[in-house]
Amino acid sequence: MTDAGMTGATDYRGWTRPPFIKRPWLRWALYGGGLLYLVLAVASVEVNWVRVWEGLERGQRFIEGFLVPDFTSRWEDILQGMEESLTMSVTATVVGVLISIPIGIGAARNIAPLPIYAVCRAIVALSRSFQEIIVAILFVAMFGFGPFAGFLTLSFATIGFLAKLLAEDIEDIDEAQAEAVRATGAGWWQIVNYAIQPQVMPRLIGLSLYRLDINFRESAVIGIVGAGGIGATLNTAMDRYEYDSAAAILILIILIVMAAEYLSGYVRKWVQ
Amino acid sequence: MLRLKDLSKVYATGDRALTDVSLTVEPGQVVGLIGPSGAGKSTLIRCINRLVEPTSGQVYLGDMDITGLSRGGLRRARRRIGMIFQEYALVERLTVMENVLSGRLGYVGFWRSFFRKFPPASIENAYRLLDRVGLSDHVNKRADALSGGQRQRVGIARALEQDPDLLLIDEPTASLDPKTSRQIMRLIVEICDERGLPAIINIHDVALAQQFVRRVIGLQSGRVVFDGSPDELTADVLTQIYGEEDWSATIRKADEDGEDIDEDADHPGTVPVDRERLAGLT
Repeated sequence: MTDAGMTGATDYRGWTRPPFIKRPWLRWALYGGGLLYLVLAVASVEVNWVRVWEGLERGQRFIEGFLVPDFTSRWEDILQGMEESLTMSVTATVVGVLISIPIGIGAARNIAPLPIYAVCRAIVALSRSFQEIIVAILFVAMFGFGPFAGFLTLSFATIGFLAKLLAEDIEDIDEAQAEAVRATGAGWWQIVNYAIQPQVMPRLIGLSLYRLDINFRESAVIGIVGAGGIGATLNTAMDRYEYDSAAAILILIILIVMAAEYLSGYVRKWVQ
Repeated sequence: MLRLKDLSKVYATGDRALTDVSLTVEPGQVVGLIGPSGAGKSTLIRCINRLVEPTSGQVYLGDMDITGLSRGGLRRARRRIGMIFQEYALVERLTVMENVLSGRLGYVGFWRSFFRKFPPASIENAYRLLDRVGLSDHVNKRADALSGGQRQRVGIARALEQDPDLLLIDEPTASLDPKTSRQIMRLIVEICDERGLPAIINIHDVALAQQFVRRVIGLQSGRVVFDGSPDELTADVLTQIYGEEDWSATIRKADEDGEDIDEDADHPGTVPVDRERLAGLT
């Protein structure tokens, strides 16, 4: 029995990776059930093929408009919308980042006491649970149409995003560095300033730039519900079936987002 | 003078790291703490400045009972206890000078430390210490730009910048090569002699401990099983601390005073990371 392995070089024992789910019947039941659900789910989607056919034509007109973007006829509106959007996203990012730093610190389990942690995590959850559009509708209702509602919406959304990621980054720090600073008799704020801030700063800067870019894109969406900015301009163009102007706006958005992308990549490398 | 009385630590997981450890370190005495991984060496030195909270027992530094201190009192006590770490534990993205000056954090207010406005005397002392450990040319380099031996020198300067009454040193050479290990150990022992500074050095490497310290404490499963001079570390004693093994090479090396570096190819300093220490942090 045990010496079977020594009988010759041709006597291979073979090897297969142990299955993730040990019991074969459970494994096949789960795989089969998953597949069945997928088939049924796809089958349940109703597709109106006549409508799709009609829509193709509209889509074609849209794409044609894209091929000949019209920057000139609505240039004044586009410029104003862009300016509003950029102002909105920059101010909202700055305000959002400033507010999210203390909340992010409070939401990091390794440095915050439990009650503060609970409160800060609740704020993060609240901010993250509402999509920008819903928040924008609320703020438009409260403060009227225009970029101020957009600014508030984006600030609010930035807090949830940045505080959560900052807190997670703080929880991932090298504890040894914090321990060493604590061992010198440093106070809590000094530990944050000397041991934690240097470790999370590059990522905080990177995330803030990323959020600036998200805020700019979001400003185009929330404009549709009345929160000002380039979104409002885009919405007007679409409503008037001016797909060429809409295309011009979309191209400008793409260019600005690309510029932000290159810039943030450069800055991130520099702060590392 | 440092005195531990019946010090015990049981982690929340139920692991008994220390059981009734009592010992006294006289002024100016440098003690090597040896023992296998998981024996409680790191826990022991962390219980002294309460980075790990002891479960029971007392720690006296002079007349002060550290275990009974409030938070503010503990901070003031920690200022008097310098600590040097296994993987240096420097703040990687800060400059060498900032790392050394962080030894003064317990003495200055938050805003002064925030704006790096330390008292001129502290800065002067930091320059002197960097000079002493041979890093005068690296003052404004970032800590992560230095080599292992240089980083540990910064770690030593940071601990001394506290102007401590006691040094706690956790595996100072575990991530260094044999030659650098000896240089660092020599530097630590020299500085302790210069200042009459007592120190506890956790050390994996028995030969290194024998070479540099005059008193060795052996820890096994959280209990002190040996306390004596390095010469008394016989094969029987090492077996008691670490378990059955052929100790003849280790003891012979001690007789030759370990000067021949090539013989150290197999020394335990090459063991990568002390898991027990990391476990103690969580």
